[in-house]
Amino acid sequence: MSLEKNYSKEIKQILAKYPSENKRSAVMPLLHLAQREEGYVNKAAMQEIAKMLDITETEVASIIGFYTLYHDKKAGKYRMQVCTDLPCALRGADEFMQKLCGNLGIKVGETTEDGLVTLEEVTCLAACDRAPMFQTQGPDGIKYHENMNVDKTMELIQTLKHARGEVK
Amino acid sequence: MAHVLLRHRDIPDLHKFDVYKKNGGFSAFKNAVTKMKPNEVTDVVKNSGLRGRGGAGFPTGMKWSFIDNKNWPHYVVANADESEPGTFKDREIMESNPLQFLEGLAIASYAVGATAAYVYLRGEFWEVAAILDEKIAEMEKAGYLGDNLFGTDYSLKIFTHLGAGAYICGEETALLESLEGKRGQPRVRPPFPPSYGLYGKPTIINNVETFTNVPMILANGADWYKKMGTADSAGVKIFSLSGRVRRPGNYELPFGTTFRELIYGEKYGAGVQDSRTVKAIMPAGASSSLIVVNGDDKVLDTPMDYATVRTLGADLGSASVIVLDDTVDINWVINKTVHFFRHESCGKCTTCREGTHWMRNITDRIHGGSGTQGDVDLLLNVAKQMQGKCLCALGEFSTMAVTTGIERFPQDFTKAVKK
Repeated sequence: MSLEKNYSKEIKQILAKYPSENKRSAVMPLLHLAQREEGYVNKAAMQEIAKMLDITETEVASIIGFYTLYHDKKAGKYRMQVCTDLPCALRGADEFMQKLCGNLGIKVGETTEDGLVTLEEVTCLAACDRAPMFQTQGPDGIKYHENMNVDKTMELIQTLKHARGEVK
Repeated sequence: MAHVLLRHRDIPDLHKFDVYKKNGGFSAFKNAVTKMKPNEVTDVVKNSGLRGRGGAGFPTGMKWSFIDNKNWPHYVVANADESEPGTFKDREIMESNPLQFLEGLAIASYAVGATAAYVYLRGEFWEVAAILDEKIAEMEKAGYLGDNLFGTDYSLKIFTHLGAGAYICGEETALLESLEGKRGQPRVRPPFPPSYGLYGKPTIINNVETFTNVPMILANGADWYKKMGTADSAGVKIFSLSGRVRRPGNYELPFGTTFRELIYGEKYGAGVQDSRTVKAIMPAGASSSLIVVNGDDKVLDTPMDYATVRTLGADLGSASVIVLDDTVDINWVINKTVHFFRHESCGKCTTCREGTHWMRNITDRIHGGSGTQGDVDLLLNVAKQMQGKCLCALGEFSTMAVTTGIERFPQDFTKAVKK
């Protein structure tokens, strides 16, 4: 898969945001683009971005490693990222996470058997008044799910499962 | 009192272009570009007493006046990286009153002669960025952004840029590095951004809430703004209230409102959950020093402004007020905050990288039940050694809850360690 081929219009729009002598600035939006389909940045995309921006592959890899929303390994189709930071924890986020693990039969960091959901723990997402909450990172971008409980979460997972069935 | 920033709570559909315009929107920007000199705009903001809302409280107009006019082009960057645990105000502004924020950003750009401005959003604000992109397109279409605005020779473009999950990018020089396509690690200062910022060019960086004040200040005048709040801290502030209160949320109040009003006021926090008492307050999110309350009326009756909160041994910062009730163990609280800072330390300076790592190990020991009093002393010692030696505020902030937690709530640690 070539980014240039699949997303030529979007790449053009991204590059237009920055002065042409500073096109390196485009590395972050390009990485978001590169992991849209598979949920992680593969080696070929990394090489392509490096070439596009005249930087080394190592530099691109260092950006992927630094920021938590970029991934270089495949995970579940959706990463379910639960905030367990102090304000959320004061409103039951730790218990929510524990129960969710029990319901899904996985530990934090693991993926459900059907490959649909990887459960992750993240730091503050600026939704402290609506805890427990999590975001899903998946093919349709990042979505917030607030004022959640385990039942509502299991319902959401069912919806995601069916949505996947329709796509296939 | 009508809202100044959270105006969408008074005016339905304010996020819609026509509604915003009908309610006076863009008139301040148009008036500035067509009738005022850039430095006159800066003077109004200076006279209003507006201070930066990101946490540091630096006078906004003064910051703008520091822009280096011998080096061009200039940039303005909006810090929309809102990531402090306990802070969720900029998100509400951008979701529900996005045009007032963008107008403020446009006015600031005119004041410092910038023809390009960037909004740096935390990567998680994916949906918020989509809203802003839509609003920017509407402004372009209506002639409020683009070339030769209102028939003058002033041109301006605004772009959004999504980060990808890094608290450190809220630090302004780390934000600039990130915007330049690098790892978000802070720069050594000086030079400061108004002389050496984005791409090495003079740059003004302000918080989303700061910009959102600007159209109202220009429309109503500096004196109008100064009449609200206190002599030290002019105007209104959005307090993000979280933790053990009945009604967590954003509340816009004049500076000088008391903690009691915010926490117990029926229209605001409506009291502590299960009618417990307040044990401690963290007024600036995870970066806070812990204010000892233990039900003390005098503390609860303290007015919230930058200077007065300091008399309680803490900083108001971004006014992300986390309420801890008498069931909360401070030993657990600092375990949470240290884990946060350990995760978010960028690794550039040794003090913070190593310091947060070792603080994490020690607090895990204490919190896990295998710690000794010696561990508590060691944790305090490590935190104190870090203070004053970090490259940026993140490292300093990581120690605040630790030192004040241990010193102000020693009993929570004594009971946690092995005898």
